[in-house]
Amino acid sequence: MTPLLTVDDLHKHFPLRSVGSWLRPASVRAVDGVSFALCAGETLGLVGESGCGKSTIARCLVRTLDPTAGRVVFDGVDLATLPDEALRRRRRDFQMVFQDPTASLNPRLTVQAMVEEPLRLHTDLVPAARRQRVAEILAEVGLEASLAHRYPHQLSGGQRQRVNIARAVATRPRFLVLDEPTSALDVSLRARVILLLAELRARLGMTYLFISHDLSTVKYLSNRVAVMYLGTIVEEASAADLFRRPQHPYTRALLSAVPVPDPDARRDRLTLRGEIPSPIAVPTGCRLRGRCPLAQPVCAEPVVLREIAPGHRVACHLV
Amino acid sequence: MTTLLDVRELTVHFETDEGTVQAVDAATLSVHAGEIVGLVGESGSGKSVTALAILKLIRPPGRIVGGAIEFDGRDLLRASEQEMRGIRGSQISMVFQSPRTSLNPVIPVGRQIERLLRLHARLSADGARRRALAMLGEAGIAEPERRAAQYPHQLSGGMCQRVMIAMALATSPRLLIADEPTTGLDVSIAAQILDLLRDLGRRTGAAILLITHDLGVVAGICDRVAVMHAGQIVEWAGVHRLFKRPAHPYTRGLLQSIPRLDREFVMEPIAGAVPSLLDPPAGCRFAPRCALVMDACRACRPPAVEIAPGHTVACLAVEEART
Repeated sequence: MTPLLTVDDLHKHFPLRSVGSWLRPASVRAVDGVSFALCAGETLGLVGESGCGKSTIARCLVRTLDPTAGRVVFDGVDLATLPDEALRRRRRDFQMVFQDPTASLNPRLTVQAMVEEPLRLHTDLVPAARRQRVAEILAEVGLEASLAHRYPHQLSGGQRQRVNIARAVATRPRFLVLDEPTSALDVSLRARVILLLAELRARLGMTYLFISHDLSTVKYLSNRVAVMYLGTIVEEASAADLFRRPQHPYTRALLSAVPVPDPDARRDRLTLRGEIPSPIAVPTGCRLRGRCPLAQPVCAEPVVLREIAPGHRVACHLV
Repeated sequence: MTTLLDVRELTVHFETDEGTVQAVDAATLSVHAGEIVGLVGESGSGKSVTALAILKLIRPPGRIVGGAIEFDGRDLLRASEQEMRGIRGSQISMVFQSPRTSLNPVIPVGRQIERLLRLHARLSADGARRRALAMLGEAGIAEPERRAAQYPHQLSGGMCQRVMIAMALATSPRLLIADEPTTGLDVSIAAQILDLLRDLGRRTGAAILLITHDLGVVAGICDRVAVMHAGQIVEWAGVHRLFKRPAHPYTRGLLQSIPRLDREFVMEPIAGAVPSLLDPPAGCRFAPRCALVMDACRACRPPAVEIAPGHTVACLAVEEART
């Protein structure tokens, strides 16, 4: 099967003006050579801690940021270099939902107006047909019709995130980038949004890139999972494999740090030393070696992501 | 075990233009010396207000309208503001969710701890400095001398929380109230902070009242747990009992709402949202969201009933199923 989306050696560096000499200008290497592919109907979970580059990838995919290098091939077209006008016409096919449900809504527009906006920009529907569609979409995401004339401040956090999801699915996109869509929500609301996303995916046949630092949620929603550390993917596998047989020390440490709601849970704790280094001065060789309890001299050598079992890729000298 | 903190029927109201917000309604809980008690619930459940009430830090328009708070045999509600100042920071201290905003941005972190020690422990300048450095070391901060001279903006979020914990425990308090101490931190850093709290609590003998929305955190470090919903404590039990035999429909719903890393699991989240506390439901405040609701639930507040030693539940449906 040809993938719907192929990301090939994606880089995004942010130059820094004040640091570094004129000979070697410094930059933040937020995304540093990331490749993965997504088939239609699949959900790839992208996990990692703050600063690992997962949101930068999201923004490069939907081109709210221009990649420094690399290709983002969506449905046969390289989005990374697509001219603005052509890009605009394709946008109805890929949409994004952000973490903060309040900041991503316009406080001066009603729910009706906000959900109608993508239809106005991307479809030829006449106003009456658009209103009809908005009503259908609101029902789809579980919002009562009576909320259509409310403003964001009159909605709860869960309702606001449903409006964001409604906006994103309004044009029936094939691909949705979800950047921490449930992180700002309370436990019971979060669960309902997760179930809504799963239901919409099944009903509309969408492909998701689901970005989160919450590994339990990622496990619930994803078919495959990629783990990021300091701008690179360190492990990628099917969700079943990754959670049952994590190979990379970083994945193991991350999994063993997640609190589990069972007081009798016995787990092998793999603890990393210290904190994530700055993406300005990236360590040579394996980027984790300064913190990894298993590090060996060989870890100073460059490490590549290689396949250790069908569909299971790991970037570690010791695996 | 001796009871260190005993909160009985605590009720806190806030007067607003729209009416009275009944933020905490007859909350009863206790903390024994040296143990870790979890207070768990969603936003708006009254967890933080309960914590502030224990320290008598509720400011107008808020008011403690009823109940009793006894700490180490003293009735805090009768204590004067001056007595409370002696208790806060030296016998009961607090760690907040956002460490960076809780620290003073224009004073080096070491000096902030020294100030506290000079005020509450009446140490000399030299003694306070030595104790501050020792506490930073205890809190797992490498190179305490260098870090002590730095300002909060020069430290990471996890490091700031370590400084807060060092400061909170510097005066050897009997009780530490930690309000969402790991929320907003990355998982691996959060795990380190929880380990630190547990170890330091054990080593210094301080009891901890841990406020959190995360049942995973509760399962990891607490001895006993109170579950709060809309200002009411609905269930109260030892940690093993609560996770093995949750009784209240809200507790069960919460446990059904979190995806699990440790096993396959189908989520069945709770319906509806936490009701407005401006005009809360008259009887059980969970009734509008509850699948087991009966007419009687809407009529009067269900009494807390001990269904097993140390396991208390306020639910008429549970009570009926038992009898």
